Amino acid sequence: MNSFWAVFKRELKSYFATPLAYVFLVIFLFFAGYLTFSRQGFFEARQADMQPFFVNLPLLFIFMVPATAMRLWAEERKVGSIELLFTLPITITQAVIGKFLAAWAFLGIALALTFPMVITVAYLGDPDKGLIVTGYIGSFLMAGGFLAIGCFFSAVSKNQVIAFVLSVVACAVLVFAGMPTTLNYLSTFLPPGMVLAAKGISFQEHFESLQRGVVQFKDIAYFVFLIVGWVAACTVILDERKAS
Amino acid sequence: MIEVKELRRRFGPVVAVDGISFSVGKGQVLGLLGPNGAGKTTAMRMLACYIRPDSGTASVCGHDILQNPIEVRRSLGYLAENSPAYPEMTVGGFLNFICDVRQIKGKDRKTALDRIVPMCSIESVYHQTIETLSKGYKRRVGLAQALIHDPQVLILDEPTDGLDPNQKHDVRKLITEMGKDKCIVVSTHILEEVEAICSRTIIIARGKVLVDSTPKQLKEKHHASLDEIFRTITKMKTSVKCAV
Repeated sequence: MNSFWAVFKRELKSYFATPLAYVFLVIFLFFAGYLTFSRQGFFEARQADMQPFFVNLPLLFIFMVPATAMRLWAEERKVGSIELLFTLPITITQAVIGKFLAAWAFLGIALALTFPMVITVAYLGDPDKGLIVTGYIGSFLMAGGFLAIGCFFSAVSKNQVIAFVLSVVACAVLVFAGMPTTLNYLSTFLPPGMVLAAKGISFQEHFESLQRGVVQFKDIAYFVFLIVGWVAACTVILDERKAS
Repeated sequence: MIEVKELRRRFGPVVAVDGISFSVGKGQVLGLLGPNGAGKTTAMRMLACYIRPDSGTASVCGHDILQNPIEVRRSLGYLAENSPAYPEMTVGGFLNFICDVRQIKGKDRKTALDRIVPMCSIESVYHQTIETLSKGYKRRVGLAQALIHDPQVLILDEPTDGLDPNQKHDVRKLITEMGKDKCIVVSTHILEEVEAICSRTIIIARGKVLVDSTPKQLKEKHHASLDEIFRTITKMKTSVKCAV
């Protein structure tokens, strides 16, 4: 077994070894359901589609994903287990990718546990299954993007609270940059090219595209570059700071 | 098996290790003796490839610490100060994780565990979580992970620190037993430990090697106890390297 799979397996198991996973999953699933049925008016819309569910996810992820990511490296440095990990025959890249993929898999499990929503929609009407699939793909990629940012800030700070706050702010900036109100405000003092750039770097733009069932290369590439970039930055920061 | 040449490392304005050189062969137990802040832990971390030296080089079992850090880590067993581990894991789960990373599989793994668990006397706590263990047992689990792959080189950072007299005796007995056919570097500031288990002694202070000798030769030369020799040498205003 490649060393990185050892880290992946250990990390994923560790989520479920403590109440952490269960608390997170319950809170996430509760709010995902509450926001869909209560705030988005799922029944009032009288349409069997998952749009009221997916539209909440960016806001939910802004808080829930950094909560998962904050412990990734901050806890290792605080407990001292980072010294154990990086004196085993494993490279920093393997360790970072192993932990990142384990956290992403955990978020994938959280998304998979929203299956009752899919069953509800399928029971009540005849939803477009392609839209549901692309919506989940977009959600999973967005979770990965937020997680990569959280992973970086977790490596930056030994303190989990600081890592959480910095990740929330970074993720919020990237979500709200694409909101119509933000773009309208920016267009009052920025040239159109820069407003378009702000829209382009936002999660919202690319997530909405996937929600509409359109899988474009630029949207997949956006998430891939975002994840690779922030995870690579995490690797660099860890190499500098692991012994401090 | 260990060759160290002019290793240097600073942390900002603080010079932690200032050009240390020594070598250790098979069947030797080298004691790195020095006051707190002398550079013992930093030197060991460089040997274990946890941190990179600013200059100088070292090799472990013929592998260079800068060119082949993974091979170095594969060849040695390292016990860090405070025996870091993953608190939520059981002892058995933790040792299996170490085997996963070190790619000890199948029958080899069973043999390794059957050998190491009684050797480190951790049978009674095998299914207990690490956070519930006493300091002595945590240290033994740390030793177990350092020994599980039967390395030829061991680097142990203050292995008996904080243990009660009985536990100290057990760990020292284990080190003496292993020292017969392995190359071991032990850091300590407990002088009786040096006399009990070390065949050679290096006294480090302020990042420099002050003495490279054996406990017996030191006492014969200075006609004083190791305690007095240590105090005299480490409190000297100018550092003078005395190789005996």
